[in-house]
Amino acid sequence: MTARDEILGRVRAALADVPGGSPDDEPVPRDYRRTHHDVDLVALFAERVADYRAVVRSVSADGLAAAIADELAGQRVVVPVDVPQTWTDGLDARRDEPPLSVEELDAVDAVLTGCALGIAETGTIVLDAGTAQGRRALTLVPDRHVCVVRADQVVADVPGAVAALDPVRPLTWISGPSATSDIELQRVEGVHGPRILIVLLVT
Amino acid sequence: MTATYLGMPAFPVAARAAVADTQLRRNLGHATATIRAKRAAVVGELDDWEELRLAGAAIKDRTLRHLDHYLEQLETSLTARGATVHWAVDAAAANAVVAEVAKAHGASEVVKIKSMATQEIGLNEALEAEGIAAYETDLAELIVQLGEDKPSHILVPAIHRNRAEIREIFLRAMPDAPQGLTDRPADLAAAARAHLRRRFLSARVAVSGANFAVAETGTLTIVESEGNGRMCLTLPEVLVCVVGIEKVLPTWQDLEVFLQLLPRSSTGERMNPYTSTWSGVTPGDGPREVHVILLDNGRTRALADTVGRQALRCIRCSACLNVCPVYERAGGHAYGSVYPGPIGAILTPLLGGLTGELENSLPYASTLCGACFEACPVRIDIPEVLLHLRSKAVTAKRHPAQDAAMRTAAVVMRSPRLWSRALRLAGVTGRLFRRGRIRRLPGPGAAWTDARDAPVPARESFRDWWTRTRGSGS
Repeated sequence: MTARDEILGRVRAALADVPGGSPDDEPVPRDYRRTHHDVDLVALFAERVADYRAVVRSVSADGLAAAIADELAGQRVVVPVDVPQTWTDGLDARRDEPPLSVEELDAVDAVLTGCALGIAETGTIVLDAGTAQGRRALTLVPDRHVCVVRADQVVADVPGAVAALDPVRPLTWISGPSATSDIELQRVEGVHGPRILIVLLVT
Repeated sequence: MTATYLGMPAFPVAARAAVADTQLRRNLGHATATIRAKRAAVVGELDDWEELRLAGAAIKDRTLRHLDHYLEQLETSLTARGATVHWAVDAAAANAVVAEVAKAHGASEVVKIKSMATQEIGLNEALEAEGIAAYETDLAELIVQLGEDKPSHILVPAIHRNRAEIREIFLRAMPDAPQGLTDRPADLAAAARAHLRRRFLSARVAVSGANFAVAETGTLTIVESEGNGRMCLTLPEVLVCVVGIEKVLPTWQDLEVFLQLLPRSSTGERMNPYTSTWSGVTPGDGPREVHVILLDNGRTRALADTVGRQALRCIRCSACLNVCPVYERAGGHAYGSVYPGPIGAILTPLLGGLTGELENSLPYASTLCGACFEACPVRIDIPEVLLHLRSKAVTAKRHPAQDAAMRTAAVVMRSPRLWSRALRLAGVTGRLFRRGRIRRLPGPGAAWTDARDAPVPARESFRDWWTRTRGSGS
């Protein structure tokens, strides 16, 4: 007997008391809220991201390039292949093509990306390796992550985010800079992931 | 290999030593008070917390009651997404798969994400025996590993250590610890970052657990804080995930419940810093080879217990530890298992059976105050399961004296005449005592008075009092 057959056999024996039929016969009450806030989501998003001690700057579409330059001038920057040209004008930016080796990634100072969406309730940005986001290692190895979030990408809450995201893509949900609570359960920012997270919120 | 540590004494023995350790009690009291306040604040923000708990419990129950169906679906989805699925009946089988994969890639070391499943199966020790070094990368696990210590908490395995002790461990066991390292948490975290950096960038094989495995989509999820998880999930070429069979969730949508319940219950945050989800292999992004080991190791034994089954809903948040008055005083080591606290007191005997002295003592490691149930995000009725296991433990190992006493009591209580005589006799005994309690009973009764006083029988029974004051005519 294979281990698979053995385990499935044990599971079935253990569930001898459960009447057969469809799993859908087991009721799941979903009476929880789809959203906890409905208005001023962009302001809520900014406030909640800042709670994690990330830097949040609201900028206009016209002011975005200048804000990026403010944050990244003079630094070695890596960007996904498909970020808009206007984001990188005047920066020392290298596109991830051909893909940088891990050592090369470790040698850059910062990474600049967009995102798939933002979640207002929890102050979370989600990357899905889609447009202007690149592969996962890009936003992990450099110590400073500058992330551009458009106001229309902000959803209210976790259920809306899960519904909008594609599980086939590799997802990274980011809530503030890397942190730990492992010493006396106090939160300390800055462990293995980027120690500085800067969110440019385009409103 | 079971979840318990070899040769651990029963809970009361281990707890007695732990309670006498004032430093440990101070560290634990401080840490659990901090996390309780944080959890209460973020749970209080959501006015639908109870509805989320009900949904979480129901989703887990649906999964467990049709576990065979969802496991097969998970296997199909994972395989379709390019992952290799292995099934492991027990710890030895799971450890052998990990070692085999590492050897196939010529790896003499692996990096690890904190995982309860791999602790439960003793993976690090098994790999070491095969000549493969396993490096823990979670800060608290690193503290435990460098200190040659044992974890004492599900979420924060080094919760029993304070900052000064952690600094000492780093200076002693971390060769590249900076000169003049202070005990500021930020400096300690920076030292860990520098220490592990090279290892992350050069590792070829990583080992993880999984917080959730979605059957519908073949998606695995890791919820973490430091970024060590992301390092292990993205940089090495090969990823091996050890997943307990109870970790499966039916649908992608179900994550909307658990990604609200888990961070608020565990670290007391609206959301943890990093959550990664991935479905098999993504070309050009992350590992080229993904192995998933579906682990039984006692879970089907727990599933067969119709009352205890609910313990398999557990999402390892550790909220029950943080609110438990017994855990706060005795600490995690006293439970003798990788699963400490209230959930450990039921999970350890459910997974391994009521086999030894330790397992039989764990259902009693509780005051039954119920705080754990209140805090549990998936509504595991821990007190109910504790009582159930106590009754099983007693039934399995009945004391002849107790049986005789119960039989005698049954005879006496069935007869009004014998009963009233017994009460009168008790009243006579009661008159021998001047104070209202008995501090030490003789013989087998001493086991009772070891931990508590026994009440003195009333000098006059209610029946006698009734007869005396109301007469016999009524």
